[in-house]
Amino acid sequence: MRLRQPSVLPGFGLTLGVTLTWLSLIVLLPLAALALKTATLTWGEFWAAVTDERVLASYRITFGAAFVGALINAVMGFVVAWTLVRVPFPGRRLVDALVDLPFALPTAVSGIALTAIYSKNGWIGHFLEPLGIKAAFTPLGVTIALTFIGLPFVVRTLQPALEDLEPELEEAAASLGASRLRTFFRVILPGVMPALLTGFALAFARAVGEYGSVVFISGNMPMKTEITSLLIITKLEQYDYAGATALAVSMLAMSFLILFSINLLQWVLVKRRGRA
Amino acid sequence: MGSGGRAVAPVAREPWLVRALLVAVTLGFLALFLLVPLAAVFVEALRDGWHAAAAAFTDKDAASAVKLTLLVAAIVVPLNTAFGLAAAWLLARHRFAGRQLLMTLIDLPFAVSPVVSGLVFVLLFGLQGWFGPWLRDHDIKIIFAVPGIVLATCFITFPFVARELLPLMQEQGSDAEEAALSLGASGWRTFFLVTLPNVKWALLYGVILCNARAMGEFGAVSVVSGHIRGRTNTMPLHVEILYNEYQFTAAFAMAALLALLALGTLAAKSLVEWRVRRQLRLALLHARQGGA
Repeated sequence: MRLRQPSVLPGFGLTLGVTLTWLSLIVLLPLAALALKTATLTWGEFWAAVTDERVLASYRITFGAAFVGALINAVMGFVVAWTLVRVPFPGRRLVDALVDLPFALPTAVSGIALTAIYSKNGWIGHFLEPLGIKAAFTPLGVTIALTFIGLPFVVRTLQPALEDLEPELEEAAASLGASRLRTFFRVILPGVMPALLTGFALAFARAVGEYGSVVFISGNMPMKTEITSLLIITKLEQYDYAGATALAVSMLAMSFLILFSINLLQWVLVKRRGRA
Repeated sequence: MGSGGRAVAPVAREPWLVRALLVAVTLGFLALFLLVPLAAVFVEALRDGWHAAAAAFTDKDAASAVKLTLLVAAIVVPLNTAFGLAAAWLLARHRFAGRQLLMTLIDLPFAVSPVVSGLVFVLLFGLQGWFGPWLRDHDIKIIFAVPGIVLATCFITFPFVARELLPLMQEQGSDAEEAALSLGASGWRTFFLVTLPNVKWALLYGVILCNARAMGEFGAVSVVSGHIRGRTNTMPLHVEILYNEYQFTAAFAMAALLALLALGTLAAKSLVEWRVRRQLRLALLHARQGGA
């Protein structure tokens, strides 16, 4: 294979130079520092750092809340995406634009706003209080924040998939006597399943690494509501660079593992569907 | 996005009641999860009236936080825009070995969490980092200073412009540019008079997104800033400090300004999408008339 196909357009050398230089300086060099730092740790040190009791507790709350949040988003995001694509109603474009709010709102702003409304005296919190439900400063609060920031990922991945569904398939199913519910589960859901999984994975991955919108509502109690990202910062503030790095690497590794398994599941689904 | 609404045959449509229920659930959920937090920001900011909210910005530290945020965006956005244009030209207009890998690498910052994005710069330039001792000997401060904030923000907003430009430039193809070149235009002239006008809306949107994130970033900047009042505090960091000191009105006033920025970004997004769709429709119409 040739290294480069000839093109009549100029600028290959210049743009390649600019791209590689900026990429190396801003992205590759810093990430290499992470890898190098990890390499200076012995396996024993690394293992001790990432399996400390407080660290394990932070994994449980971070990954647990992120998973539940992504699950809520998968269901509610589906309803929202379906309504926006299939059901005309006045103000639909405005509602559609609103879906991106968690993307656009700085995370610190989302964080203090969520804390304000879910705390004891907040707009929603004071309804929950008499029911004995505490949202702010509990794992429930962490889950609410992680649901908030993950929603657009599911909706925005599902929308194009729902738009691409061929209505002929649904009409055919209906004309063959399938009920609407049956058509939904046998025709529509399998058709958008890959997109739904992608949306779920994106929302989950984003939630695992989220910091700003969570630290205010979580209350940051060690062993209870302390998320892994915050623990990394705590270790950095104590100049424990090695411990912070070990945590960062283990968090990245787990996220990649989960994303990889979801990709694998998606691949299996697409393949099985192709054969059917 | 989502303007869909293709005509669906009645058999493949939900009954009236189900559709009403879907709209109700959607609106209810979005109102509860998105609208209520947004409204809370403004209500809390104005709780003690306009004057109290405005007073939050006359504070010296608040003013310097606003200034620092503007400064960081003014450095980062042009740099990443220039990079985005170069990367999009390279990846959309040339075919070479390693192209796919390069595309993946450009997206890499999206996969790294904000706190880790800050951490990597501490590992490089922090006191105990790789270059820490050298920097200290030469009296250069990067971490807990403005350069660190700029670097972390560059990392976080790295892919935005390139990501908006690349799909559009690939879609448009290089026919127009090839024509300009064959008519004797120079490479730069072709770029400024042919390429740029064709991608201006996507470019604008990429810049807006990049700017919004640069001004709003919290996690990464929080790690490298050191939170020195009046010196290394950006607006989001200042919101945190005020909030933790129970100065709620001031915290929410600053947050409201950032929320307005977010709303502006959303409005720009809708506008640009509408523009791009119209551009596409016009292009299609032209093609059809030309063929008839």
